[in-house]
Amino acid sequence: MNKFLKAAVAATALLASSAVASAADLKACFVYIGPVGDFGWTYQHDQGRKDVEAHFGDRVETAFLENIPEGPDSERAIERFAREGCGIIFTTSFGYMNPTLKVAKKYPDVKFEHATGYKTADNVATYNSRFHEGRYIIGQIAAKMSKTGTAGYIASFPIPEVVAGINAFLYGAQSINPDFKVKVVWVNTWFDPGKEADAAKALIDQGADIITQHTDSTAPLQVAQERGVHGFGQASDMVKFAPDAQYTAIIDNWGPYYIHRIQEVLDGNWESAQTWEGLATGHVVMAPYTNLPDDVVEMAKETEAKIAGGWEPFTGPLMKQDGTEVVGEGDALDPGAILGMNWYIKGVDDKLPE
Amino acid sequence: MRIELVKRKNSSTTMAVLSPVIAVILTLISGAILFAIAGKDPIHGLYLFFIQPLTDSWSIQELIVKATPLVLIACGLAVCYLSNNWNIGAEGQFIFGALCGSFLPILFPDFDNWLTLPLMLVFGTLGGALWGLIPGVLKTRFNTNEILTSLMLVYVASLLLDYLVRGPWRDPDGYNFPESRIFSDSATMPLIDGRLSVSCLVAVAVVIVLALMLSKSLKGFEIRVMGESPRAGGFSGFSQKGLTLFSFAIAGGLAGLAGTMEVSSSLNQLLPSISPGYGFTAIIVAFLGRLNPIGILIAGLVLSLSYIGGESVQASMGISSKIASVIQGLLLCYVLVCDTFVLYQIRIVSTLRSGAQKEASDV
Repeated sequence: MNKFLKAAVAATALLASSAVASAADLKACFVYIGPVGDFGWTYQHDQGRKDVEAHFGDRVETAFLENIPEGPDSERAIERFAREGCGIIFTTSFGYMNPTLKVAKKYPDVKFEHATGYKTADNVATYNSRFHEGRYIIGQIAAKMSKTGTAGYIASFPIPEVVAGINAFLYGAQSINPDFKVKVVWVNTWFDPGKEADAAKALIDQGADIITQHTDSTAPLQVAQERGVHGFGQASDMVKFAPDAQYTAIIDNWGPYYIHRIQEVLDGNWESAQTWEGLATGHVVMAPYTNLPDDVVEMAKETEAKIAGGWEPFTGPLMKQDGTEVVGEGDALDPGAILGMNWYIKGVDDKLPE
Repeated sequence: MRIELVKRKNSSTTMAVLSPVIAVILTLISGAILFAIAGKDPIHGLYLFFIQPLTDSWSIQELIVKATPLVLIACGLAVCYLSNNWNIGAEGQFIFGALCGSFLPILFPDFDNWLTLPLMLVFGTLGGALWGLIPGVLKTRFNTNEILTSLMLVYVASLLLDYLVRGPWRDPDGYNFPESRIFSDSATMPLIDGRLSVSCLVAVAVVIVLALMLSKSLKGFEIRVMGESPRAGGFSGFSQKGLTLFSFAIAGGLAGLAGTMEVSSSLNQLLPSISPGYGFTAIIVAFLGRLNPIGILIAGLVLSLSYIGGESVQASMGISSKIASVIQGLLLCYVLVCDTFVLYQIRIVSTLRSGAQKEASDV
C-alpha cells in the first residue's frame, strides 16, 4: 500500500514537473503583498512583471501570487514557487525578508530578490529605490503652490523609508519656504482606502491645501480632487483618478531592474547585490507635471536633472528636530544614515511614534 | 405570501451524512462555472484546487501546518460556544498568548537552555487564558456583553503587539525595522520534517482530550447542559459563572498556546502581524466541525485545503486571488445551506390562510 502510494506520488510529481520544464528557459515568479489592482505599490511591481513578459517573450515565463500576508503564509507562498521550478523569485514586501532567507537556504540553486530589506545571502539580493529623491521634488512643488503654507502627509508605518520620505519632502519644501509646515497622520496601513480618505479629509480640515501620501491607494488624491485641493500620486501615475488635483507622481519603475536581473540569470552571471537606485537610472520616475504654472515645472525639472546628475537631496546643513547638526554645509548624508533614518529633521510638526 | 422555514419532524440521518458531500459537489459545479467564466479549463482548475495539494508530501505538510492553529483555537471556541459563551476574540487571545510566550527569548536571550521552550509554552497558554478571562470576568461580574468585549480586546492585543515590535521589543540589530530579534534554537519548536513541527501532535492530543472530556466526563455534561438549559443545570448544582470563566480560560489558553507555537515554529520572531486572521477563521472551523473536536479536526484540514488549493490555482493558472476566496466562501455557504435544509423545510404560506392571528403570534 505504502509503496503504491509513493509510486503514485512520484508519478504525479513527475507529471507536474515535466509540464513546468517544457515551457520556457526561465520562470520568474513574484510574491505580492497587495492586490495587483491597488494602483500603487503592487500594481507597479506587476507592471514590471508585464514589462518582463513583453521584453523576453517566450523565453521567460512569469507567475505571481497576490494578497499574500506577511507572517506565516508568506514562507509557504515563496517555497511553493521555489518548488515549482522558478529560477528567480521576487518577494516584494519588507515582511518577507526572513521567510525569503529561510526558503533560499533550502533552495540554493534558485535566485531570490527581496525588495526593501537589508539581509542578503549568496542567492538572495535586495533591491529598493531612492524614493526620497522624488519626495524632495514634490516638497519643492508643494512649497511653491501652497497658499496656506501647510501640507498634509498621510504616512503608513514609522519605518526608515517612510521617515526619510517625510524628511525629504519637508527638506525640499524648506528650500523654497523655510517656514513651511507639514502635518503628519499615521494610518498604520499600506492599503486601506477608507482610512486614507478619512486622514486626507482631516488634514484638509486642519488647513492643509496639499495632500501627499506614503500609502498605496488612490483615495487621498480622490478626496483632494473633490475638495478642490492638490496632491501627488504615489507609486504609480494616478492622474486619471484626480485629473485636476495631481501635480505629479513618484513612479516606482521596476521593469528595467527586473529585466536586467533576469537577463543576468539567463546569462549565468547573476550575483547577490544590494541595489538602491533612483532618478539617475530610471528606477524612480516623475509622472508628467500637470496643473502647474510653467515656472514651477521649470524648477521641478531642474531639480530632477540635478538629482539625476548625482546630487544628494539630503545635503547639509541638515539638523535634527532638536537642533543637533547631522551633516554640515555642503556635505551629503551617507546612504546608511538615510536607509536607517529614525529621526525627524528640524521643522517637522510631529513626534515620531516609538 | 410568505416563506417560512419549518423544522422537520424527523430529519433523515442519511441526508445528514450526505449533506457535506452534496455541499462539496455543489461547490465543484460552481467552481467549474467560475473557472469557465474566467476563461480557464474548469477540470484542470478544480484538480489544482482540490486534488493536487493532496498528491504531494510538501503540500500535505503545509496543509497540516496551516490547520494546526485553526484546529487548536476552534477546539477551545467549541467549549465556549457549547456552553453559550460567545467568545469572538480568539484572535486577540492568540496574539496576547504569543506575546507572553515570546518575552523570554526576546528580553532574556541569554536564558537559553532546555527549559526555554517549555516555559514559553506555559507562559503563552497562561497569557492567552488571562486575556480570555477578561471578557469572562466582565460577563460574570458586570453582565457585559462578551461578544463586544472579547472582540474589542482583539484590537487592544494587536495594537499592543504593534507597539512592542516597533518600540521596546525591536531587534537591536534590525536597523529600526519593526521586527523582534530571531529566536534561538532552544526557543524553537522541534521540527519533524520541513516546516512541520511537533505543534501538530500537540493539536491532535488536544483534540483527543477534549473529545473525551466533552463526551465522557461530568464536565462535558455540565458544558452541554448549561449551554442548552442553564436553569436545569442550576438545579443540578452547576455554577453558570464558574463555567463561563472555565470556558473562556480554556479557549484563551488554547489560542495562546497556538499563538506561541506558531511564533516559535514558523516565524521564529515577532512581527507587527503574526496571524492572517486565525482567530476569526477558527470560528468558521468550529461551526463547520459542528462544535465537535473530531469534526473540527476534519473541518480545519478542509479549510486549509481551500487556502493551499487557492494558492496553487493562482500560481499555476494566473487567476485572481479573489476567485479562490469566492470558492472558499461558496463551500462554507453550501455547507450551511445543506445543513439547514436537512433540518428544516420550506413552507410557502399564503397570506390568506395565515391572517392576523398568525402575525400576532409571530410578534
